[in-house]
Amino acid sequence: MSVLRPLDKLPGLNTATILLVGTDDVLLQQLAGSMLKEDCASELKVHLAKSLPLPSDVNRPRIDLIVFVVNLHSQHSLRNVEESLHHVDSTFFLGKVSFLATGAGQESHCSVHRNTVVKLAHTYRSPLLFCDLEVEGFRTTMAQRLVRMLQICAGHVPGVSALNLLSLLRSTENPSLEDL
Amino acid sequence: MDETVAEFFRRTILKIPITEMMAVLKAWDFLSENHLQTVNFRQRKESLVQDLVLLCEEKRASLNDAALLDIIYTQFHRHQKVWDVFQMSRRPGEDIDLFDMEQFKSSFKKILQRALKNVTVSFRDTEENAVWIRIAWGTQYRKPNQYKPVYVVYYSQTPYAFVASSLLKSNLPLLGQALTVASKHHQIVKMDLRSRYLDSLKAIVFKQYNQTFETHNSTTPLQERSLGLDINIVDSRIIHENRVEKERIQRVTQEIFGDYPQPRLEFAQYKLETKFKSDLNGGILAEREEPLRCLVKFSSPHLLEALKSLAPAGIADAPLSPLLTCIPNKGMNYFKIRDK
Repeated sequence: MSVLRPLDKLPGLNTATILLVGTDDVLLQQLAGSMLKEDCASELKVHLAKSLPLPSDVNRPRIDLIVFVVNLHSQHSLRNVEESLHHVDSTFFLGKVSFLATGAGQESHCSVHRNTVVKLAHTYRSPLLFCDLEVEGFRTTMAQRLVRMLQICAGHVPGVSALNLLSLLRSTENPSLEDL
Repeated sequence: MDETVAEFFRRTILKIPITEMMAVLKAWDFLSENHLQTVNFRQRKESLVQDLVLLCEEKRASLNDAALLDIIYTQFHRHQKVWDVFQMSRRPGEDIDLFDMEQFKSSFKKILQRALKNVTVSFRDTEENAVWIRIAWGTQYRKPNQYKPVYVVYYSQTPYAFVASSLLKSNLPLLGQALTVASKHHQIVKMDLRSRYLDSLKAIVFKQYNQTFETHNSTTPLQERSLGLDINIVDSRIIHENRVEKERIQRVTQEIFGDYPQPRLEFAQYKLETKFKSDLNGGILAEREEPLRCLVKFSSPHLLEALKSLAPAGIADAPLSPLLTCIPNKGMNYFKIRDK
């Protein structure tokens, strides 16, 4: 069983790699496109996967940030993410994993409750972002945010590490999270 | 002209959108070019309609001419009606005579008129040996209601007829009988197929939907097409980890649905009547003698294209359930599922 580990490879020179995991192929591709349009000092690479584990016969660079994309319209995408999480080593969850929930804008189509994803993110101690990836404006903003997070996780921003970022993000979370 | 006929003309012409007015009137061919030139088509619709009705009165248009205009309007707007499909059959071993359209029409009309004194029947021939029939039903004591007609499209070289659903269910047996006898068949059966899109129903029933046309694009390698990208330039910084799986899904989808555009349906309905099956022993539901009844309905502006895109979009696993993929093959979109 292949498990993703954060530090099992040497980093590439000035390269930052993000892995997007989710069932909605079209949305992932659009997000990848938006991210690559951003101006960034580092060389970005975006890997798209439907689920984990990843095929083991491929030579891939070190992954700096994993974003699990859950579509609130689909139970199938939530289950897929839940199963993929088992294939990630626990050391990844020190700031190098994030959850992204899309589709919250169309309340009537949502079959996954908002609280379910909130609990999931809380269980894995990782930040949860909400963004309707279908709307181009929101997607561009989210892409900018992800690029910045990715640079920090790859260590390209001096003075800030992934763990720093995690504690920064957590303090802005809903304070009643502990009650869940 | 009779008041009711004039009113019928007025209402029929009023239905036609201004943008189609010339096309419909030309297809009708009752008012010649010269006549149409005397009318000002740029005035307000109500006045235009009034002028046209007056013109029809001058030319002594009859109820049949009005019915023909109604048929043409419906042909332009066939999507406004929901069409059922009927299939006729002959006794095994019966000889098939040469089909005579005129004989069919007169026989059909006679059968209806013998049964119901008050009925208006009109015909319009179209290409592919098809005939559009319009029937306005009355009763023994009432004149036919021109505003609730039934339309039948019969393809003479086939055993299929398409009927626009009418509210008057009671006249359906008589219609079936008239069709069967006039076309020299023995039996008529209603298929479990219904849609607004007459052309799609035709394609399904005549099995014409799976024709792939030769284009020069068919030489692109499977890999490029399988990524399904709209953007022309594939960014090399985006890497698809599950390439193999995606290709498999594309292949399976293509095997099932083919490369051609799917016929257009809006619904698929599944009626389940099955007994409850459970792994647990006992339980209240398992003890029921009667089957459980449940109705599942899928609706979409273009159902089959939506089903085709489910697996590539990641919403469902490929291959899809055969209950969904058999729809064009079996020519059904209403299913009843019972215990074997």
